[in-house]
Amino acid sequence: MQLPDAEHLVAALADKIKQLAAREPVALVGIHSGGAWLAERLHPMLTAETPLGALDISFYRDDFEQRGLHTQIKPSHIPFEVEGRHILLIDDVLYTGRTIRGAMNELFDYGRPAKITLAVLVDRGGREMPVEAQIVAAKLDLSPAQNLELLRDENGVFSFKLNEKN
Amino acid sequence: MKIRIKNGRVIDPKNNLDAVRDVFVAAGKIIAVGQPPADFQANQTLDASGQIVCPGLVDLSARLREPGHEYRATLESELRAAAAGGVTSLACPPDTDPVLDEPGLVEMLKHRAKLLNMGHVYPLGALTRQLHGKHLTEMCELAEAGCVGFSHATAPLTDTQVMRRAMQYASTFGYTVWLHPEDAYLAKDGVAHDGEVAARLGLAGIPSSAETIALATILTLAQDTGAKVHVCRISTGASVEMIRKARQQGLPVTCDIAANHLHLTERDIGFFDPQCRLQPPLRAQRDRDALREGLADGTVTAICSDHTPVDDDEKLAPFAESAPGASGLELLLPLTLKWANETSTPLSAALARITCEPAALLGINAGHLGIGACADVCVFAPEEYWKVERQSLRSQGKNTPFLGWELAGKIRATLVAGHLVHQA
Amino acid sequence: MTTHPQLNKNGELQHLLSIEGLSKDMLRHILDTAESFAGVSEREVKKVPLLRGKTVCNLFFENSTRTRTTFEIAAKRLSADVVSLNVGNSSQSKGETILDTVDNLAAMHADMFVVRHSQSGAAHFIARHVAPHIHVINAGDGRHAHPTQGLLDMFTIRRYKPDMHNLRIAIVGDLLHSRVARSEIHALTTLGVPEVRVIAPKTLLPECVDRLGVQVYHDMAQGLKNVDVVMMLRLQHERMNGALLSSAQEYFKCYGLTPEKLALAKPDAIVMHPGPMNRGVEIDSAVADGAQSVILPQVTYGIAVRMAVMGILAGNTQ
Repeated sequence: MQLPDAEHLVAALADKIKQLAAREPVALVGIHSGGAWLAERLHPMLTAETPLGALDISFYRDDFEQRGLHTQIKPSHIPFEVEGRHILLIDDVLYTGRTIRGAMNELFDYGRPAKITLAVLVDRGGREMPVEAQIVAAKLDLSPAQNLELLRDENGVFSFKLNEKN
Repeated sequence: MKIRIKNGRVIDPKNNLDAVRDVFVAAGKIIAVGQPPADFQANQTLDASGQIVCPGLVDLSARLREPGHEYRATLESELRAAAAGGVTSLACPPDTDPVLDEPGLVEMLKHRAKLLNMGHVYPLGALTRQLHGKHLTEMCELAEAGCVGFSHATAPLTDTQVMRRAMQYASTFGYTVWLHPEDAYLAKDGVAHDGEVAARLGLAGIPSSAETIALATILTLAQDTGAKVHVCRISTGASVEMIRKARQQGLPVTCDIAANHLHLTERDIGFFDPQCRLQPPLRAQRDRDALREGLADGTVTAICSDHTPVDDDEKLAPFAESAPGASGLELLLPLTLKWANETSTPLSAALARITCEPAALLGINAGHLGIGACADVCVFAPEEYWKVERQSLRSQGKNTPFLGWELAGKIRATLVAGHLVHQA
Repeated sequence: MTTHPQLNKNGELQHLLSIEGLSKDMLRHILDTAESFAGVSEREVKKVPLLRGKTVCNLFFENSTRTRTTFEIAAKRLSADVVSLNVGNSSQSKGETILDTVDNLAAMHADMFVVRHSQSGAAHFIARHVAPHIHVINAGDGRHAHPTQGLLDMFTIRRYKPDMHNLRIAIVGDLLHSRVARSEIHALTTLGVPEVRVIAPKTLLPECVDRLGVQVYHDMAQGLKNVDVVMMLRLQHERMNGALLSSAQEYFKCYGLTPEKLALAKPDAIVMHPGPMNRGVEIDSAVADGAQSVILPQVTYGIAVRMAVMGILAGNTQ
């Protein structure tokens, strides 16, 4: 199957986010690792002063019992008050919704945000939780056997990789 | 009962015999080796083809736990273990409960062993009353009751005046004094060799000097008093050297080592394996090598099992709190064979260390297959391997560092005074 | 006994019994994970749901309010239920064996034991005999090991001196009786610290200590020269008995860390101590409370490190 060009989607996502940020102040929070990369790329494009944070939701995963702790955990870093703020949560691929659930739980442990908006590069379907993204750059229809992964090369250029599980 | 053991390779170190021969037993004695005596009609014939026929083993130290420690083992369970290990004569230390310091206790033990009729038990009498290191025991009475020597077991004998007088008194009557060389102060609280492993595991150490200082005291007093001294269970290379020198100077001193120390070192403790909690402690590799050299050149007279049955609850504790000791009667032969094999020691020389040499030391007529000798015989398959497992041990104590090891040397038959006490 | 008692069949950490035998990668994984947990303690809600529904049992056969408290806080920040038992005061004195105690707690569905005991090897012993789903953390066994202390010390060093491959570190004091020192030495050598020195009188050094990969000094002035990190050890008062030392005064004179002696180390050297300190015995208050002391940060980091260890163990199943 033909994968979309990741850089094109990032540009599309940036446009939508710029519009939102122009309307009201938001704080960017990327989810490790793909979402955090995207947030890093998008952050300088926003003109208004916008804080940037990152979440590693390893401590909030619901499959800890089955899979244990991830071997490469990055510290969560939220260098601003979450309380009362509009958080723009950014992830690369929206699938089951479990990651977003974990991320929202973690965010609430920093404080009570006024609002959370979810922006993703790709919505690939297959939801297991009642979670939807307000901002989506592209929708793809993938089977459960497929795994879509966002890659970033040494020059910071994004691309997609599709892994087929046997 | 007349028994013919046929076609076996007979190794009788004392009589310099190593050849395929038939052995003939009647009325509890060896009556011929080689040609059958005239009119010999065997009631039973044992085919020992491909096997080795040697004198029943003589063990210088086996704790039978009677009287007083029957929950750990009984005379019957341990004599069964001895028979299964080919051991037909054994000396037992006096640290029973009560201590073997009264003739009545010794007579009772001898009597019980005789009723069981599965092996010859030679008690060592206590050197001091209750092994408290203060008052001498009635050695003449004890000897009359059957004690073959006087020992302080592993109880501390810190008062050197008592030690000197005990040696003088024992030597008055020609008795041998058996002593474990361990300085009570240097060994205080220690549970492992004071070396690399103890440093790593944080175990309180027993330095080698705990043994050599005590040994120096023993040797000096032996020289002073002229007493016959047997040093039990040496564990360090320095001790071997000291005893070698003392013997060269003509001191009537002998020593033995435990079969465990012939093979294991401090490293076998691994991650706090309580099976390797032994007394004396397992020492460094170079000590083990020196013990082997001492055995090869005759400085060390005998290998003993140091059989010390310990029950499971006593081993089920952190290293320092677990009870020292291991069962060994059934491993004496295989561990001796293993040493012989690893060092290319001739079988006859190796077997001497567990037959005629310890018998001579005990002053008993055993450990050989001479005509007219008591028919204590051990028949074993030297190349047959067996796995040391709890269920394979007859001893009530199932604890030994060798659990799980595959050892060569399977006892096929054991005869005590001409009757079969074990057959497999 | 050939299998490593800390690892499960997948080669993952099942128990944390000692630093010895853990790979550099494993140590780094624990320290990196601890970095993430360090942030949790600075948040509004100092809790993550990782161990929700799990029961952590602090089993202290030897009293230590401090260590027990840090484990308690760590477990609670992971949302575990925590039961703390000072067994030293109760069942042991009634003749109950260690295993009886452990079996009873296991029957109450404990998932993790944090064990402190006065005998070396006690944590190994318990780990060998517990049900396979239970994790055991050694919180100090006799003179043998105190791995979480060793790890939190590494975490602290890494925070202040990130390049571990370029450090000179001195451990000062009673190494003979110190489980902390043994864990520190294994951790430092495993993480590639090129020069680890130990400084102590001969009575307080184990035989063959050099085999652990350290350089031995008896003179503090020589041993402290140009070091980047000074790790002090606690001196128990009972060491004045048994002919190990002459007096606390003489010990302080020879091996106490004073500003003058600290001046021999590098100017930016940090000073560490596992606590509780004996001021005026092994360390001068001016040093303990001075600018180079990182003793309080050690305590703070201890929570994150213990959270990391518990989190990693709980996620590894047989």
